[in-house]
Amino acid sequence: MIAIVDYGAGNLNSVKKAFDHLGANVVVTTQPETISTADKIVLPGVGHFSALGALDNTGLRDAVLQGANAGKPFLGICLGMQWLFEGSDEAPKFAGAGFFNGRCRPFPSSVKSPHVGWNSLAVREGSRLLRNVAPESFVYYTHSFQAPVVASTTAATEYGTEFSAVVERDNIFGVQFHPEKSWTVGLLMLKNFCEL
Amino acid sequence: MLTKRIIACLDMDGGRVVKGVQFVNLRDAGDPAECAAAHARDGADEIVLLDITATSDKRNTMLDVVSRTARCLFVPFTVGGGIRELSDATAVFDAGADKIAINSAAVKDPALIAKIAARFGSQAVVVAIDARRVNNGFEVFVAGGRTPTGRDAIQWAREAAACGAGEIMLTSMDRDGTKAGFDCELTQLVADAVSIPVIASGGAGSPQHFIDVFRDGRADAALAASIFHFGLENIGQLKRELQAANVPVRWPC
Repeated sequence: MIAIVDYGAGNLNSVKKAFDHLGANVVVTTQPETISTADKIVLPGVGHFSALGALDNTGLRDAVLQGANAGKPFLGICLGMQWLFEGSDEAPKFAGAGFFNGRCRPFPSSVKSPHVGWNSLAVREGSRLLRNVAPESFVYYTHSFQAPVVASTTAATEYGTEFSAVVERDNIFGVQFHPEKSWTVGLLMLKNFCEL
Repeated sequence: MLTKRIIACLDMDGGRVVKGVQFVNLRDAGDPAECAAAHARDGADEIVLLDITATSDKRNTMLDVVSRTARCLFVPFTVGGGIRELSDATAVFDAGADKIAINSAAVKDPALIAKIAARFGSQAVVVAIDARRVNNGFEVFVAGGRTPTGRDAIQWAREAAACGAGEIMLTSMDRDGTKAGFDCELTQLVADAVSIPVIASGGAGSPQHFIDVFRDGRADAALAASIFHFGLENIGQLKRELQAANVPVRWPC
């Protein structure tokens, strides 16, 4: 069973719908106990980094971290991916999980922010999440802060600066864009996650 | 590279897709869920479903149509029409929309923008502005273009962005349904006034119109309805022409 973590920020229907379409056994949950019994964990999220503070106040953070540290495949989407880094300038007092080094920062002033729309990936070799994904596929973004390119970056996107589109290390995966809204390319990535 | 979006708009009335010329003379164009899926397959970057008579009829948006349309649609999906308060927006999101478009209700109570954005994020709130040329600029109209407000469209776009709107969907009422081209001047004025994306709407009739509104109008996205429904243009063909003119688009997709 795949648990989609509901910490009260935004609309999780689209993420659930995409997994449903793939035939996955998926639940949206606010309960740490459900996360503990799941095989895989998905942390979605839109909006402000401070919304992740709700993880800390509800016992969800511990359940999510336990699962991730126990080796369960974990996918952070958008804000959920940013959480995998050390933190974000958007809400400096909230700590990220620190699976990846660096902090999320705003886009340079040379480009309009937020970054909204379909942008292309520069896919690096060896990604498990992007198996069979064409190297310059387009995916749908909507975000105001971006994570740096790190050693674990398996795809990058260019918008004023180069930022991490996909990060992955062992069982931990993160995507800055919305695979559930990225047409067949996005569904392929979610399918790859289901099959891990 | 960030691409320019082509958005297919389904104007819905009584559960069917319709399209009028300058907001009247509606013609039937099919089932919303089928139209949306077909446009996505053709290469539409996004789908917008507008219940065009919702406000004037004081009806709620047809949630079952939204839910049926959303079920197998894996591109961004915006729903507008008849959303007057947070609970209306919540119902539309629950039915499967990714974004809501608000028009009349936002003009009446700009705080509604912030309220919906606080719960669902700014990326989920599109403020739709219907503007018509007047002597000294562009005036905002509400209630499906029936009611003038005396407000300046550029000023209102700025205010909406400041309230937390994620995008502006800007319709030129003068051009709507005419196929005479987008109003590039209006689009450019709004695009330069706000930092959020601007979706140009009203007047699409040829690939050149899209090229013009992306270049001269500085639009981030362009929306059209009738051009697609009646087979006058295929989205893939449109995108190939844009590519040939060096407009970045998501193609092939």
